[in-house]
Amino acid sequence: MSNDTEVIKKYKEKNFEVDVSEKKHTVEGSKIKGLRSLIQIFDKNILIVLLLVLWEVAPRVGLVDRVFLPPISEVFVAWFKLFQKGEMQAHIAASLIRAFSGFIIALLWAIPAGMLIGWFKRVSNIFTPVLELFRNTAALALFPVFILFLGIGEASKIGIVVYACSWPILLNTITAVKNVDPLLIKAALSMGVTNFQLFRKVIIPAAIPTMFVGIRLSGTTSILVLVAAEMIGAKAGLGYLIQYAQYSFLIPSMYAGIITISIIGFIINKILLHLESKYTAWKPKAENQ
Amino acid sequence: MTNANKIEINEIEKKSEDNIKIVVENLSKNFSVKSLGEKKAKEFTALKDFNIQVKEGEFLTIVGPSGCGKSTLLDILAGLSKPSTGEVYIDNKLLKGPALDRGIVLQGYALLPWRTVRQNIEFGLEIKKTPKSERKAISDKFIGLVGLVGFEDRLPNELSGGMKQRVAIARALAYDPEVLLMDEPFGAVDAQTRDLLQDELLRIWEKTNKTIIFITHSIDEAVFLADRVVVMSGNSGEIKEILKVDLPRPRNVGDVRTSPGFNWIKHHVSELLHNNDENYKKKVVSNVDVAEAISPSTTI
Repeated sequence: MSNDTEVIKKYKEKNFEVDVSEKKHTVEGSKIKGLRSLIQIFDKNILIVLLLVLWEVAPRVGLVDRVFLPPISEVFVAWFKLFQKGEMQAHIAASLIRAFSGFIIALLWAIPAGMLIGWFKRVSNIFTPVLELFRNTAALALFPVFILFLGIGEASKIGIVVYACSWPILLNTITAVKNVDPLLIKAALSMGVTNFQLFRKVIIPAAIPTMFVGIRLSGTTSILVLVAAEMIGAKAGLGYLIQYAQYSFLIPSMYAGIITISIIGFIINKILLHLESKYTAWKPKAENQ
Repeated sequence: MTNANKIEINEIEKKSEDNIKIVVENLSKNFSVKSLGEKKAKEFTALKDFNIQVKEGEFLTIVGPSGCGKSTLLDILAGLSKPSTGEVYIDNKLLKGPALDRGIVLQGYALLPWRTVRQNIEFGLEIKKTPKSERKAISDKFIGLVGLVGFEDRLPNELSGGMKQRVAIARALAYDPEVLLMDEPFGAVDAQTRDLLQDELLRIWEKTNKTIIFITHSIDEAVFLADRVVVMSGNSGEIKEILKVDLPRPRNVGDVRTSPGFNWIKHHVSELLHNNDENYKKKVVSNVDVAEAISPSTTI
């Protein structure tokens, strides 16, 4: 009995690092383990909760100007109203369609091109300097060019998303193909594989992890670039919503739009991360080596 | 009759029916190497006037210092590299490129890391277009042969070095090539695993009767495994000498490695590699028990 109270005392005193290895299967051990996971949940979420509380309290108390940062409850009200009117769905749909289209088009051309450039040394030598140049330009700075050529409709917005997404995918695919372990290629060649078999069975699977890094980067870039483009010239979409709300002083709606974009970006990243871990499970992670 | 004598006689009988599997004629391979800061590329000779005939089912080892062209030879035999001069014939057909009649095992294992053990072994079968229904039976057989039952669904990053090399061997054997080319396959594993793998390789060889060409820079390994040892010279890519290893089979680590016959051949190879030509031009090693050739008092 006294042993247990000692353990719990040490636990309360210090930093939750208690060796419960002997007590794991006892009632006391599971109590401590339960406490431990509660603490972990607490740690994970406490800051977000505090921030939300702050967002609610600070405007009301006068710490920040209520006009420019309304309490989060008002933002939620505006958020729900936009959903009720069907406006939020329309904006979300418009933005997602544009971002997704641009992303897919980028994938469709950048992956094959990257594989070709990565595989043929001479092609790679010719193209790489120019690619490095393009990759380092800020995509949004070129948006006026897209408007000039493609107008203020959907085309220019999807166009700029394609542009911004293409470079990470292209460059990562090139690197991925170039860095396939030459031993693997040698082992496969010794069996007399055709080039097609080599590509399908060795190069592509080996290249997927590095390719996915570029794909994931492009996923988040697509939303970023699109929202900015919508702010500059659009009649629908989340970027338009934010801009319009700001002009019309519908500040809670503006924040509603901002929160929505953050949530969408978060979800997209999670999905791509999940896909990435599924297809790269075979690669030993750096920390485990 | 002792067991050793029985085995020797069986071997002699086998030899009389032997076919020549591989013929290497006047093989040379030159590389143009340009070092930094030099205007003209230099010609580097990796192999020169390489001639050898390898019998079917023979275990041939090639030993030599690093950079003496051993791996170049293997690349040419695998069809991955073209010789500068000379030809290679396998089964009397001129070698033109890589094919499924030869298997290669490399020092770095070269296992496809995204495939499980079984999928790696079946890789050659996919290339060979073996029907799917037969593949599992074949891969099961070779998984058993290399002693990896129970590990079929592991990924390479979950295996030890010795296990990875066994998968590499199984993969090379699965599509039934007649010649196995091994480029320092046990170089990357620790000493104890190495001894184990050598024993296993000999066991697998005796079961499958493949022609094996094995490259190593360990004199011990070369003599222990081989029927014949090709000793390469240090810098010119030429064969210094081809030695016959008449030690009886099966060779168990305990008996053979400490026997005088084994050590005499090792000594011979070592002197060849260190350029002491004069010492054994005096002695000719033939089908006689080598211990006797040194002195009768060392015969046990």
